[in-house]
Amino acid sequence: MPKRIFYGLSALLLSAVQPALAQQFESPGSRLLATGGASTIEGSGGGGIVPWATLSSYADEGEWGATVQMTEVQVDDFSLSVQGASFNWNNRVEISYARQQFDLETIGGELEQSIWGVKARLSGDLVYGVMPQVSAGIQHKSNQTFALPQAVGATDDSSMDYYVSAAKAWLAGPFSRTWVANVTLRNTEANQLGLLGFGGDKENSREWVGEASVAVFLDRYWAVGVEYRQKPDLLSFAKEDDWKDIFVAYFPSKHVSLVGAYADLGSIAGLASQTGWYLSVQASF
Amino acid sequence: MKIWVSAALLLLGSMMSGAIQAQSSELYQQLGERSGIETIVEEMLLGVADDERIAHYFADVDILRLHKLISEQVCNVSGGPCEYTGESMAVSHNNLGINNADFNALVEHLIAAMEQENVPVSAQNELLALLAPMHQDIVE
Repeated sequence: MPKRIFYGLSALLLSAVQPALAQQFESPGSRLLATGGASTIEGSGGGGIVPWATLSSYADEGEWGATVQMTEVQVDDFSLSVQGASFNWNNRVEISYARQQFDLETIGGELEQSIWGVKARLSGDLVYGVMPQVSAGIQHKSNQTFALPQAVGATDDSSMDYYVSAAKAWLAGPFSRTWVANVTLRNTEANQLGLLGFGGDKENSREWVGEASVAVFLDRYWAVGVEYRQKPDLLSFAKEDDWKDIFVAYFPSKHVSLVGAYADLGSIAGLASQTGWYLSVQASF
Repeated sequence: MKIWVSAALLLLGSMMSGAIQAQSSELYQQLGERSGIETIVEEMLLGVADDERIAHYFADVDILRLHKLISEQVCNVSGGPCEYTGESMAVSHNNLGINNADFNALVEHLIAAMEQENVPVSAQNELLALLAPMHQDIVE
């Protein structure tokens, strides 16, 4: 792990759990513990790799909230660093920003991308009532480093993802545990999240992909779950695989969440079976 | 044939209702029966009284009567031998202007009280699932 990331993570973690500093935080909002979820690698509130219908932070109607996050993913031949922040107004609209640095450790070089996101809660509630919480969102992605993506066949250096998500919690599901499920449908032309540009020489069209997450809370603070994310495959130089992960999430308070995961990212840029760990810290205000 | 199907259904039905009843009273036991429930509700109300977000709703309320009614209700929904003698949730919360945040604040105090009393997570979840549908009658 690069030193700057290590210090950044440590500082974020310390500032979030240190009681003296924590007291200076604004009240963290009225939604129930863990319903703010974590921050995705694309900045939107959700799981780790799938945006959820839930909005980040604990802001409810009549409140606002914010989060900052740092995420590190390390697989065999690549590493991804993400720094992001989000803002939630009235538990109605979420605005998010994330910066990604993708280190091509074996091939050499670094790819960078920034992502602005907007998500709106359309109907329903995660916890109460029969209907799921349904949200729709947009992610505007732009490459800061387009030379390599262009060289391997990407046609654009920026693009939009559109998605619709539905999420529901079962307070007493199987084994009398609280379960949460989320499904997301995304329309995209991004190669490897967009880090390898948008559109491709193999296929230059937008695609609908499906994403899903299921988690079970072991108690009030600890959850384990799985995520699956379908991906398009638009570049001819290398096959792009679907992503999956299995995660453990810890919500010690409304101020901080920690997620650790084992991720299987399949083949990336011609290097097969990329597996490794994922670590994410989020502070919520 | 028909009579066998009816008999099987009847048997299945009685087994299922028996199972549900057994499960409910198991929840009642896990909550510590009458006295455990009264302690949980007392701790919840103490938490509420200290919570500036929602304490004002209870300023003019007869707290002993409220404690009795909520305890009856929790006892009743968890399968205990109690009758709830209060008004319906819709009537008792009519025009109070309770929002999501207020409702969640009460849920948080209930959870904190159950944690305090070492109620197993499974029993906590079962009680919360039984109470959650009241949200639609309470929140405006």
